[in-house]
Amino acid sequence: MMIAPPDEAGIIAAVQAARAAREPLAIEGQGSKRGLLRPVQAARSLSTRALSGITLYRPAELIISAQAGTPLAEIEAALAEKGQQLIAESPYFNAVFGTSAPPSIGGVVAANLSGPRRITWGATRDHVMGLRFINGAGEAIRSGGRVLKNVTGLDLCKLLSGSYGTLGVITEVTLKVLPKPETSATLLIETPDLTGAIAALSAGLGSPFGVSGAAALPTQGHVVAALRLEDFAASVAYRMDKLATLLGSFGAQRVIEDAESREFWRGVREVAPLAAMPEDAIWRVSVRPSAGPQIAAVASAIGGRVMLDWGGGLVWIAASPNMANHAAISSAAQAQGGAAMLFRAPEALRLAVPVLPEEAAPIAKIGARVKEALDPGGLFNPGHMRAA
Amino acid sequence: MIALPAPKPDILARRGEIIAALRALVPGDGVIEEAIRLKPYETDGLSAYRQMPLAVVLPSSTEQVATVLRYCHEQGIRVVPRGAGTSLSGGALPLADAVVIGLMRLNAIHEINYADRYAVVGAGVTNIGITKAVEAEGFFYAPDPSSQLACMIGGNVMMNSGGAHCLKYGVTANNLLGLKFVTIEGEVLDIGGTYLDAAGYDWLGLITGSEGQLGIVTEVTVRILRSAEGARAMLAAFNSIEIAGAAVDAIIGSGIIPVALEFMDKPCIHACEAFAHAGYPLDAEAMLIIEVEGSIAEQDALLASIKDICARFDPISLKVAESAEQSLAIWKGRKGAFGAVGRISPDYLCMDGTIPTSELPRVLRRIGEMSDQYGLKVANVFHAGDGNLHPLIMFDANDADSFRRAEAFGADILKLCVEVGGCLTGEHGVGVEKRDLMNVQFQTHELAQQRAIKSAFDPDWLLNPAKVFPLQAAPQPAMAAE
Repeated sequence: MMIAPPDEAGIIAAVQAARAAREPLAIEGQGSKRGLLRPVQAARSLSTRALSGITLYRPAELIISAQAGTPLAEIEAALAEKGQQLIAESPYFNAVFGTSAPPSIGGVVAANLSGPRRITWGATRDHVMGLRFINGAGEAIRSGGRVLKNVTGLDLCKLLSGSYGTLGVITEVTLKVLPKPETSATLLIETPDLTGAIAALSAGLGSPFGVSGAAALPTQGHVVAALRLEDFAASVAYRMDKLATLLGSFGAQRVIEDAESREFWRGVREVAPLAAMPEDAIWRVSVRPSAGPQIAAVASAIGGRVMLDWGGGLVWIAASPNMANHAAISSAAQAQGGAAMLFRAPEALRLAVPVLPEEAAPIAKIGARVKEALDPGGLFNPGHMRAA
Repeated sequence: MIALPAPKPDILARRGEIIAALRALVPGDGVIEEAIRLKPYETDGLSAYRQMPLAVVLPSSTEQVATVLRYCHEQGIRVVPRGAGTSLSGGALPLADAVVIGLMRLNAIHEINYADRYAVVGAGVTNIGITKAVEAEGFFYAPDPSSQLACMIGGNVMMNSGGAHCLKYGVTANNLLGLKFVTIEGEVLDIGGTYLDAAGYDWLGLITGSEGQLGIVTEVTVRILRSAEGARAMLAAFNSIEIAGAAVDAIIGSGIIPVALEFMDKPCIHACEAFAHAGYPLDAEAMLIIEVEGSIAEQDALLASIKDICARFDPISLKVAESAEQSLAIWKGRKGAFGAVGRISPDYLCMDGTIPTSELPRVLRRIGEMSDQYGLKVANVFHAGDGNLHPLIMFDANDADSFRRAEAFGADILKLCVEVGGCLTGEHGVGVEKRDLMNVQFQTHELAQQRAIKSAFDPDWLLNPAKVFPLQAAPQPAMAAE
């Protein structure tokens, strides 16, 4: 059964009722990422989908606030009207999860999902300037505010971002935004293999030209290294020329611009090359970029397909959904000092394996105390991130 | 004056035994007990407050930090972590019964990886030291607090330090990948790593800016960035604060994000000009320093656009630097602002509130009125792009009443910042200085929530006591600091 109160008071009442009844709650926004992590074992779900609307937008202050259930698209449209955008290029994973539910801004923050621009401009969590959330005691807690620089007290904005609704029910978020660049262009380089592609991306990201997207897409017989520039048109033209010269030795080049460039990066952001095969599981591995090829080699060995973003440091893998593949990918990530997450898989696999890497015992112990401090009754999303 | 908790009498009584135990854990010259050598540790950048510690320990490894913390935890000894001691909020102020753990000996650069754009450095490496280590390859570490020559990266992490260039590059939290972190129980944890977006809860984000309340950072993995081809500044001076504020809005509204956008009011312009002879217009009510990055041609184009925008606001003076030298000259006054104010007043308090930028005219007007009420002069510098305001309140520390008024004036400014939708501190931290104002920004249950999270890391509240959180309705009688 789903409860979707129309206001924050309703969320508080629902949490208090659950607390009194000692009944856990599945916490969600619009439900677009229900396929992510372990299925929550709760009879009732509490949704923020009815908390909708932009509550404050000050373009000159680069700040927007919205209730948690506000569709991402509504926020993007409001920003676009003033020539601005969300900085972290938050993904829509509708194709990945095979759902038409629109992602909500609260869900984007709760999962801390970021797109290609993350490599240069930071993650969603970096731009969360303020939050309101309801803790497990049914209290409304604010952290941060509506200004761009704030170190007052512990940063619960970061703690709640990426906590997947397990620490509190986010009811309102305030995000930093930036002007939408005048234009975008992408340099595509046909490199012989992944190592060459990552080297090209590394050289581009280590250049002074402000590369804001760096992906590697294996195709038939070679790997396309893609580097994006976004800025005023004159700057993009100048920098593209310099970048192409700098990377001239890595392979044959082609430049795509404007709509074509934007469409290309939408595909990268939403993992389009891998999402199309619904029978495959999808893993998301985060490593230092130069370790990307080693992770990809392990993926190949199990018959998987890959695409890499964030300069090679974000490896998306599609392969058969089974425990052996999960073990192979997880241990490869660990061996490279990174972390693997099982991003999409049938429920049975998500229940059978750790979808997130285990934490070291001392941090797990502190983590349990932090969870207790925020959600003393263990009401929110039990078993969602890790088995109880 | 701000109250400090009463020292634990049993700890004071056992001082000799505790120092002997610390010497066994940190052999050599790593433990300081003589009054004359403890003296430099009695205060930090908030020098109005002084308190000699029980002892100072200077570990030279993460393992030593861990053993010292384990010992202090077992014995119930309070601990005050310290980097370079540049905190402007009293973040490193000792307590009489506390052991100060100084991290300056953890000053090694462990790894620099240009291909993956990170560096692993000890907590005691200075902020500028990171940039110095990578600049030959054209890289830099972005956050640049004005104390960057002295302040250490471990302290930067603890305070989530900012700087003049955060509008484009973000603050410390946005430029970190990993930490080596020691808990009060002496466990050494690897938080994050050398990659983006660690899985699970964002411990890195929670620890950054936690002001030593959760544990001690001994090693930091920072992102290093390739420097832009070049940077150049311009200066724009206006007839009123309102007009300068409108010009800032127009610049941001045009889609240009300068790397720095600094605002100075008239008293600040005068103080800086007298000090640095930077050629600032003395008849201006407000002045902006605007810096852009890119190739020479890109700089020219951006500065020309900004100049056009500023020209719409009837400027008194518009000066675009034609060279790197002229750019430095424009910056010279601003970079010396704190020293300049120090020259015209024996002492000053540097406040650090943040406000929504649209509130700037109202806030500066109110600060002017308060300045008259309190009979103390104030100069204002402002990171205009991100709303971070630094009023410098001038007073005389030898005059107790002047100091009392300065503190009250500062508190009123910060309350005003919160009232207009801002916050108590943008980059200096709460420390001891703003601790008792936390109730202005947060409700009781919100502070209780933060305290509960602190307790999850430090159940006995041994780590950096009397900072950040208002002292609880004290079970023991509180004692005023001298």
